[in-house]
Amino acid sequence: MSELKLNPYFGQYGGMFVPQLLVPALKQLEQAYVDALEDPAFHAEFQQLLTEYAGRPTPLTLCRNISPNPLAKIYLKREDLLHGGAHKTNQVLGQALLTKRMGKKEVIAETGAGQHGVATALACALLGLKCRIYMGAKDIERQQPNVFRMKLMGATVIPVTSGSGTLKDAVNEAMRDWSATYDSTHYMLGTAAGPHPFPTIVRDFQKMIGEEAKQQILKAEGKLPDTVIACVGGGSNAIGIFADFINEPGVKLIGVEPGGKGIDTHQHGAALSTGSYGILHGAYTAIMQTSDGQIEESYSISAGLDYPAVGPQHTHLQQTGRAEYVAINDDEALAAFQQLAKSEGIIPALESSHALAYALKLAAQATAPTVLLVNLSGRGDKDLAHVHSVLAGGTL
Amino acid sequence: MKRYQQMFNRLNREGRGAFVPFVTIGDPTPALSFEIIKTLIDAGADALELGIAFSDPIADGPTIQGANIRALAAGVSPAISFDIIAKIRQYHATIPIGLLLYSNLVMARGIDDFYVKAAAAGVDSVLIADVPLHESKLFRQSAVKHDIAPIFIVPPNVDDDDLREIASYGRGYTYLLSRAGVTGAETVAAMPTSELIARIRSYNPAPPLLGFGISTPGHVKDAIHSGAAGAICGSAIVKLIEQHQSEPATLLTQLKQFVSNMKAAT
Repeated sequence: MSELKLNPYFGQYGGMFVPQLLVPALKQLEQAYVDALEDPAFHAEFQQLLTEYAGRPTPLTLCRNISPNPLAKIYLKREDLLHGGAHKTNQVLGQALLTKRMGKKEVIAETGAGQHGVATALACALLGLKCRIYMGAKDIERQQPNVFRMKLMGATVIPVTSGSGTLKDAVNEAMRDWSATYDSTHYMLGTAAGPHPFPTIVRDFQKMIGEEAKQQILKAEGKLPDTVIACVGGGSNAIGIFADFINEPGVKLIGVEPGGKGIDTHQHGAALSTGSYGILHGAYTAIMQTSDGQIEESYSISAGLDYPAVGPQHTHLQQTGRAEYVAINDDEALAAFQQLAKSEGIIPALESSHALAYALKLAAQATAPTVLLVNLSGRGDKDLAHVHSVLAGGTL
Repeated sequence: MKRYQQMFNRLNREGRGAFVPFVTIGDPTPALSFEIIKTLIDAGADALELGIAFSDPIADGPTIQGANIRALAAGVSPAISFDIIAKIRQYHATIPIGLLLYSNLVMARGIDDFYVKAAAAGVDSVLIADVPLHESKLFRQSAVKHDIAPIFIVPPNVDDDDLREIASYGRGYTYLLSRAGVTGAETVAAMPTSELIARIRSYNPAPPLLGFGISTPGHVKDAIHSGAAGAICGSAIVKLIEQHQSEPATLLTQLKQFVSNMKAAT
């Protein structure tokens, strides 16, 4: 077997812990990616899709009313305005082009909130690929509008009832499918996690978020932001906005994990906050597990963050101290969700509301002029029914 | 580790192949699981392949996922699994016992700690379903240090470089996949050609046992006929456990019958 072309590790985290059977498929993907990077035609087509189809660049919006402190400015990177309703569209367009370069005609994907499923469905509709999407039965229930969107765009949605019926189980099922179908089918993993080369490819296909935001904020402020804040489930929107700031030591990077009902309750999805490491879905990284090594079920009000592991580069960024990871609970995210709607006329995704909630805390504490950049990774349309019922019930 | 060599020597003298049943330890309960494994031995199993239950078995189809879920629901931990293995080892001193499990269970308390406990329980080999060759160094070194055979998988799409490494790092036996996909009798084994097995054997790896989709005596016969040293059968056995878990006497009778029929085909 040929050697790997790219480093599969971020420090000691990452790797390619998959059945031997899947190694050739992952190496094929790595090769296709390396070849694409050297092909100007690939870049041109990707750029054209991002600009003319997806609507890049997305705007940077300075919040007018929400900041609790006149010293703190809050800027939102508006991935919620991207076609599809979230940042997920960026990287699926890249992976769909890779799928075609590999001569594969079918695509498998997993989805939690349904945003990656919607993105996969639209990219496959556009580029003539056939797709089937694994989604936890519990997530199908709480994300009905996205299920319907996927079906409208021609995707087959397969409910997963094993385990907790959420994102983790959908990934398991997608990997099982792929181990029988890799010859004809690409696994379009939806976040910067999983086995090499996914964490690298997904980051690189999301890093325009940070590159654009950097130019936009330099234009608006004449300087870099003090802090960049993004929510972290698997971690693709966070690594996308962090990537171009990692080598800017003056910029603080903060990832916000789902604290659920509190990180001391076991009902959360804050893998990095637990300080436990192991192997899940192909990578050695921070995971939620028992002392025996059984994977624990995560919990979050936000389906897109409801995952018991995190992409390996985030674990590395935490270990090296380059980024800091904090947790925001359900109720704080829900409050920020409503506050952004009322004060700025923007309904954010529950996922992104976690990042915003932490930004509001930081803003309140500011004692000197502070510029905060928040990745508003998705819009909240998909969450309306869920939030409506939670608010009507009066409890979470 | 020597027990595999002794088993293959005996089978060579007999001019037969190996029949190796798989079950998940503790399925459906620790007590019944011990009786099940004894029955497999008594009915003629040449070696045992035993799984330690894991929450996320990505290489397994629905049948063996079910076994994992039942064992976990019965409170079976790796520690309890090792206790059961130790009892099996007491019951039978020479049968090779292989473990098949997932990497996070091996990592949980440290790789060396795992192999120390496995060796103490009387385990002969360990196959980690989600550790491919190029990630295997720490695992295989610890295995060999504790006199446990590291087992590697030869998929149908194997290339010559991998075969060379598998031959050099593998001990005990070589797990030859009959087909792509996950475990399960839903998709039957695709018999490898004698040419493929001859090519594999030309690298001189540990003797190849064919697994995935083996569910009838005919599959066992075909596997050995194409040049494999034997066959591994999991889902078909676990299906019997699933069907008769609440009637232990019937279950043990059926298992005995099934295993002796499969062994008779070797």
